Amino acid sequence: MINVYDILETIRMIQDECLDIRTITMGISLLDCIDSDIDRACEKVYDKICRCAGRLVPVGEEIEKEYGIPIINKRLSVTPIAMISAACDADPVKFAHTMERAAKECGVNLIGGYSALVQKGFSAGDERLIRSIPRALAETSCVCSSVNIGSTKTGINMDAVALMGHIVREAAEATVKDRCFGAAKLVVFCNAVDDNPFMAGAFHGMGEPDCMINVGVSGPGVVRSALSKYPDADISQLADIIKKTAYKITRVGQLVGVTASERLGVPFGIVDLSLAPTPAVGDSVAYILEEMGLEKCGCAGTTACLAMLNDAVKKGGVMACSRIGGLSGAFIPVSEDAGMIAAAECGSLRIEKLEAMTAVCSVGLDMIVIPGDTSAEIISGIIADEAAIGMVNSKTTAVRVIPAIGHEVGDTLDWADSSERGL
Amino acid sequence: MKAVVTVIGKDAVGILAKVSGICAQNNANVTDVTQSVLQDMFAMIMLVDISSLNGSFAALQDKLTELGDELGLKIHTMHEDIFNTMHSI
Repeated sequence: MINVYDILETIRMIQDECLDIRTITMGISLLDCIDSDIDRACEKVYDKICRCAGRLVPVGEEIEKEYGIPIINKRLSVTPIAMISAACDADPVKFAHTMERAAKECGVNLIGGYSALVQKGFSAGDERLIRSIPRALAETSCVCSSVNIGSTKTGINMDAVALMGHIVREAAEATVKDRCFGAAKLVVFCNAVDDNPFMAGAFHGMGEPDCMINVGVSGPGVVRSALSKYPDADISQLADIIKKTAYKITRVGQLVGVTASERLGVPFGIVDLSLAPTPAVGDSVAYILEEMGLEKCGCAGTTACLAMLNDAVKKGGVMACSRIGGLSGAFIPVSEDAGMIAAAECGSLRIEKLEAMTAVCSVGLDMIVIPGDTSAEIISGIIADEAAIGMVNSKTTAVRVIPAIGHEVGDTLDWADSSERGL
Repeated sequence: MKAVVTVIGKDAVGILAKVSGICAQNNANVTDVTQSVLQDMFAMIMLVDISSLNGSFAALQDKLTELGDELGLKIHTMHEDIFNTMHSI
């Protein structure tokens, strides 16, 4: 019989320490939907998404129940729409509405891929799509958008950087009534990955199969609680505990991914081994860093601790699954992490430190609210800085900042419902 | 195919009987049981064979959860694979 202690440990992880599968994301290629007539193209997109993903949500719920592990989000990612819309000389927002309609029909939380890849330059349709992003995000609720503006191989497209500063501001301005939430659904990447299951930056890249399943795991709460049991551990022991915990978390991701892929008859892609925090009590990456010995997240030593955490999570997870991919590592989305919020409020965590942390974390400046009077040029500057870090270090970096239009330093935007929205 | 049923809560008369009764009704064969009572906390872990259930696994889960609510106990019914994958290499 399975060890009693192991059984109770698993149940405790799920019940008390917020262990969950953050997302099952189905990636769908839309390349066979290209048509010069936008209405026909949209019809094909709708049909293909519904045909591939019709059973995703029921199968996800079935697995959730059978294994007793919560699967928080079921999501879709599609081929960057700029490639599909390039063939038709019309307003690409129609594709956003089609994606929204298909996502609602399938019952998924979010759909990503209203995207353009412009790391070297704009091709037909790219600029038109980018300029339509603020409108697309304001007129839809579950469509997410991303733009890749640089890579290690190609360098940074500075025209795109300049443009994206304005687009991020416009996305916030277009959704002022909705607490500027539009900007939270838009990510600017350097070295974007093709198989990322996490939102808002998911899209189905070139070279991926027609349809596949990617899984994103989570579990900052589990890691923190494992560390808290060894207050006197030295740094090698800490790394060891993190590796063992990451192994267990990732195994669950692998199990869920393989099972979902079998039941849906779709190839299994990757497990993204990430520590994705949520605002839930204890489910915080900042608290892990503090458990490791930091006085407060953001103080001297934070970058080193984060680097070690990231490294140990990857090393533990690699052995647990057949293929890893996506972003894999620790996320530091400030406004989704109770510990980061507390550190920012008390002044110990500042954007300069965050920028340093993004050189070693898995993504970048994520979910950071900036004052409403920040100009587009400054946002472009932030994007360029982040992209430079990613380009030089061959890592994915991203910027998801939310200009809080009409608010100043010290004000609070409350997105208590952001997890309900599936972000 | 096996499932693990865990029952945790305040001790009372007949918990084991009621849980195994539901397993019998659903044709789930109980293959192993460990239980302990610490002070008045009851903890039981039961391994049941679910390969020849007369209904669906979900139905068995629902009935056991219902019983748990009735008795004020926490009853989890999970497929054994999650424990095997997590805790063995």
